[in-house]
Amino acid sequence: MSNNATETAESRPRVAAQRGGENGYLIRFSGDWTGKHRLPPVEELLTDIGRTRPHTVVVDARGVGAWDSSFVGFIFDLEARCAELKVALERGSLPAGAGRLIALADAVPEKADARVVAARDGFFAALGEKTTSITDAGAALFDFLGLLAIAFGRFVTGRARTRVGDIFEQMQVCGADALAIVSLISFLVGVILAFMGAVQLERFGASIYVADLVAIGMLREMGAMMTAIIMAGRTGAAFAAQLGSMKVAQEIDALTTMGISPVEFLCLPRVLALFLMMPILCVYSDLLGIGGGAFIGAVMLHVSPSAYFHETMSAFTMADFTIGVVKAAIYGVLVGFAGCLRGFECGDSSSAVGFAATSAVVTSIVMVVVACGIAAFVLNLVGI
Amino acid sequence: MSNGRPVHIRVRNLTIAFGSYVLMRDVNFDVGHGDIFVIMGGSGCGKSTLLRTMVGLKEPARGEIIYGDFNFTNATEERREAFLRRCGISYQGGALWSSMTLAENVALPLAEFTSYSAEEIRRQVGLKLALVGLRGFEDYYPSQISGGMQKRAALARAMALDPEILFFDEPSAGLDPISSYRLDRLILELRDSLQATVMIVTHELPSIFNIASNGIMLDAESRTMIAQGDPKVLAATSKDPKVIEFLSRGQERADKHA
Repeated sequence: MSNNATETAESRPRVAAQRGGENGYLIRFSGDWTGKHRLPPVEELLTDIGRTRPHTVVVDARGVGAWDSSFVGFIFDLEARCAELKVALERGSLPAGAGRLIALADAVPEKADARVVAARDGFFAALGEKTTSITDAGAALFDFLGLLAIAFGRFVTGRARTRVGDIFEQMQVCGADALAIVSLISFLVGVILAFMGAVQLERFGASIYVADLVAIGMLREMGAMMTAIIMAGRTGAAFAAQLGSMKVAQEIDALTTMGISPVEFLCLPRVLALFLMMPILCVYSDLLGIGGGAFIGAVMLHVSPSAYFHETMSAFTMADFTIGVVKAAIYGVLVGFAGCLRGFECGDSSSAVGFAATSAVVTSIVMVVVACGIAAFVLNLVGI
Repeated sequence: MSNGRPVHIRVRNLTIAFGSYVLMRDVNFDVGHGDIFVIMGGSGCGKSTLLRTMVGLKEPARGEIIYGDFNFTNATEERREAFLRRCGISYQGGALWSSMTLAENVALPLAEFTSYSAEEIRRQVGLKLALVGLRGFEDYYPSQISGGMQKRAALARAMALDPEILFFDEPSAGLDPISSYRLDRLILELRDSLQATVMIVTHELPSIFNIASNGIMLDAESRTMIAQGDPKVLAATSKDPKVIEFLSRGQERADKHA
């Protein structure tokens, strides 16, 4: 946008500097000073001013035609840079509007300590910082675990501000609404397990044992594990994103100051919902996985479905089934815990919410896999 | 109707609805070039929605919005985008991009839509932030400054491209009286030196009387505008009890009841 001055032929913006008697320095501006033109560099002027060290610099802008905030920005910058060189700038003949804008920009002086100075740490300081941040993160994790345990204790004794309706709502969101994806993944995992076994077992003419492999594999490990991974990506990330954006919008602060514990009100329903729904989803996943195995048995190995199911029933024990279901419940707690933890730890910008969601998925998958490893080791020790 | 200035914005028979709920119907007004136009009214009467409709964030149920010769309502998406580049908009909550520093927030439109050099962008950012009293806060993130400062930074971003039309949604809500006064002066200055037309949604009476040259008042009950004109004139001459009540902070009616 230009000001009132009529747009004449393209007149390039120009500066001309001139030393005048009494240690003065005059800068003449002419031409059109708008964003459409490339402005002359300020550096040359400043070097010259720095070298001659005049007492004052006088701005003469009577030759300026059209101008916009590019011009105001130039003068404003020149003034600040001259002040750094301890040279006063006299802006006598600016267009009136430009002068008033600069006066307005000058009205609030810069706060002396406002500028952020990025301090650079040395190598050892950075290393130490990283190390303590790891232990701090561990401490925060146990801290939150403790809070959740206290909240659960209060819930069991009926003193927590947890709404039962919220638990059911979360159960629907993380359980019933996830059936489609759990169906697809579980069926395919059953197919993959059967396929892997089939290639080997067919060579020994033992195709029928594919049913045993799929049944035990699904029931003991894969049913719970795959459901947990789906829940981590689907529900854990959603928990972190939701709680994180509530934190950004100070909604969590509002709960706290109202005397409602956010852990009881927000986390407990979510963790409990996953704790209750995961075993059910796991059983469902087991069934579909066995279905997937039967499909491969029928299509590839010519094992009839009835023979397949008969073999399956004789293959697993109640212990296999129970171990899977109990693990699923534990994984549910871990996924819910990681989602809520990362949501509460969220910073206060939109990118922090994204980071919280990512971090929730990573944390829950790591915890689930580690828990699975520990379970395998312990169960092997006790010989189940 | 636009105080003798050439007309810049025409709003014709504008009806805004959410589904079957009609928020306001048949709103007509003109905004002159260089007007400082206030949209007044109690909360919930659709001031912000009117502003959002004027910049295309919401489609009107009926009616037209015309900027100069440009019919915004019927325009294609590309032409609207090109037009909006000449507008500056600040939102009620600031709406700064939280993962960018203040300088980056103001620099983004400059870097995307102009051919300015890095040096020129730095100068512009410095000037625009200084104009709203945030000199030296270039490298802060929005979460590190107060709500009022965020609001002011949002104004700096809105005027980054020297827009022809500025839309401010409650710019002075949450500002201290001095900042609010300085903001009024800044708005006047932007109008005078850069020939901008300014549309402001506000409840701040001192600010309305200080700067507004024209305006309308919306009413939630009758679901349309109930007054139009310079607020100072309206305050002196209006016969409508609702207008008088609003412009006198409810004093008139309270006095009558007393």
